[in-house]
Amino acid sequence: MFADDVRNALSSVGYLADDGLSTAVFLSMELHRPLMLEGDAGVGKTELAKALARWTGGELIRLQCYEGIDAAQAVYDWDYARQLLHLRAAEATGESSRQTSEALEAELYDERFLIRRPLLQAIATTSGVPPVLLIDEIDRADDEFEAYLLEILSDYQITVPEIGTFRAEQPPLVILTSNRTRDVHDALKRRCLYHWVEHPEVDREVEIVRLRVPDIAPSLATEVAQAVEFIRSLDLYKPPGIAETIDWATALQRLGAINLTTESISSTLGTVVKYREDAERINSTGLDQVVEHASRT
Amino acid sequence: MTTTQPARLSAGLAVAFVDALRAEGIAIPTSGTIGYVDALTAVGIENESGVYWSGRACLITRPEDIDTYDAVFERFWFATGAGELTSSLTEEFTLAMDSDDGDDGADGERDDTQLDGPPPIELRFSSAEILRQKDFAEWTDAELAESQRLMRQLRFVGSPRRSLRLTPAPRSGLRLDLRRTVRSALAADGEPIRQHFRRRSSRPRRLVLLLDVSGSMEPYARALIRFAHAAVAGRQRVEVFAVGTRLTRITRELARRDVDEAIDRAADAVTDWSGGTRLGEGLRRFNRDWGQRGMARGAIVVILSDGWDRGDPEALGEQMQRLQRLTHRLVWVNPLKVTPGYAPLARGMAAALPFVDEFVEGHSLNALEELANVIGGAQDRRIGNTVFSQRPREERTP
Repeated sequence: MFADDVRNALSSVGYLADDGLSTAVFLSMELHRPLMLEGDAGVGKTELAKALARWTGGELIRLQCYEGIDAAQAVYDWDYARQLLHLRAAEATGESSRQTSEALEAELYDERFLIRRPLLQAIATTSGVPPVLLIDEIDRADDEFEAYLLEILSDYQITVPEIGTFRAEQPPLVILTSNRTRDVHDALKRRCLYHWVEHPEVDREVEIVRLRVPDIAPSLATEVAQAVEFIRSLDLYKPPGIAETIDWATALQRLGAINLTTESISSTLGTVVKYREDAERINSTGLDQVVEHASRT
Repeated sequence: MTTTQPARLSAGLAVAFVDALRAEGIAIPTSGTIGYVDALTAVGIENESGVYWSGRACLITRPEDIDTYDAVFERFWFATGAGELTSSLTEEFTLAMDSDDGDDGADGERDDTQLDGPPPIELRFSSAEILRQKDFAEWTDAELAESQRLMRQLRFVGSPRRSLRLTPAPRSGLRLDLRRTVRSALAADGEPIRQHFRRRSSRPRRLVLLLDVSGSMEPYARALIRFAHAAVAGRQRVEVFAVGTRLTRITRELARRDVDEAIDRAADAVTDWSGGTRLGEGLRRFNRDWGQRGMARGAIVVILSDGWDRGDPEALGEQMQRLQRLTHRLVWVNPLKVTPGYAPLARGMAAALPFVDEFVEGHSLNALEELANVIGGAQDRRIGNTVFSQRPREERTP
């Protein structure tokens, strides 16, 4: 398998990767190392993990990071409510007085009371295909949390003191994403392959639109992609990502637009830009400007 | 056996390439080199795109390094003239920070006296008293070095905000801590007699310092960067940027214990030290590349600048407005504010003021102490459960 195979496989499941990204994915699979993706919002970081899962047939396990996330929410936890019920039941049947407290404790910290959170799920999968583990927006988690990850991503194993060690039969495919709100620790980056995801070039964006909005007229797809490229150059508060391009193309196609006109842009602008100032900027630049850039050949 | 020959070949090339990257200042750990060798073996060294992208994946961890990587890659693999590289990297003009040498000497001496015996406290104290009031612009290099001790005393009490993290609460908190309750129930034969509770903890807000390093700020910037260093060293979650004609992130450079080393590194990283100012452009870049992604969200952002700006004041106003909407509190520190008869006439300053929550002086240590209080006190008005930020807009006018 080579980088080109990765690109073809991904495109067959609806994700168009460029040379850089497909090489990075190829290396990540080949060298069994996690892949860290950084880039603007909406360039398709999360989407890649979903496409990988579709391609490999592995289960997509997603860990959305947030501030304050800890091992109990990311790795494993105990089902305390059931444990308490179990204790009361043991008490009610008089079992607790017959058992030593050690035996009772061993019974409580049994695998049936264990709640597997995403990281443990990804490691302890026993089905044939390794799962795709998406650790989304790692920069939102506290830096202490990275230490957990570091250990898990190095050895692909997790130890639950009361039960034992879970070891991945086949290491999962790991994708980490970050929006760079803070620096991710060097030690974690060192474990990972790194790829900075850019906005796609016009040609690729045209392909993406045509792939994701199958019924669209080829000329409209080109116009939308070129218009978006122009809009991105306008220094907006939130430049449109690929998701917005697809939304816009879908909206235009549903409305039966054949090509971009000032009217059709004006009625669908809300799918591309989500801030009032951005809409104002586009309007003050002139919708005819957008049309002109869109229809450029 | 057939694979060992190309593997050895690529190992040698990989190491040489990594050396070339390191020589241009990109930090690459040894594990990166090893990974790169593996990657080259996997993609094949004859595949140009593969060689390029494997290096990007294995050796580069910050988008800032990509331009340098590209230049070194060109030179290394295609041997285009070596001279081109340096010229392409140091675009724009470069002016060094002129007080560095003096600092080094003075600091070295101070260290020596400390070794000899306890420092003469009274003398230091009185000199400190004078220093505290003195305008940074009039400081000698020796005083600048001395200031470090005083700067270190500035305490940045982080303005806290409620965090999602839960900590044990003494009693009858809002959430039951089942984990600990089960543990103690075990000890009581399964009877959950003792209940444990948790509550939301609080953590300091992120502090972002944007330091104007243009020519007009030069007398102040050399003191204020020490202030920035003290902030980075003394508090978690601080980010520092230098704004001149371009925006440079210097948090990592300043995150060294030794202040002179930290400032040297920061000065090396900032290629437009004492150049012109395009504050609006700098803020735009900050908003686009960092602020909006989340760095400025809910943070306290402090701009240290005299407000002289060569750019378009309207653009500056627009960026300030964007920034203010992201931040918890936007503070502007202007060392010239204390000047008698000063009115924010600099066009940039005038455009920015409507969006500033606090407008403070920054010309002396005393003023910086006040600033540290402003940073720490930013939460005083909203202690407790009030989550809505009540920005007192009327107080803003200078």
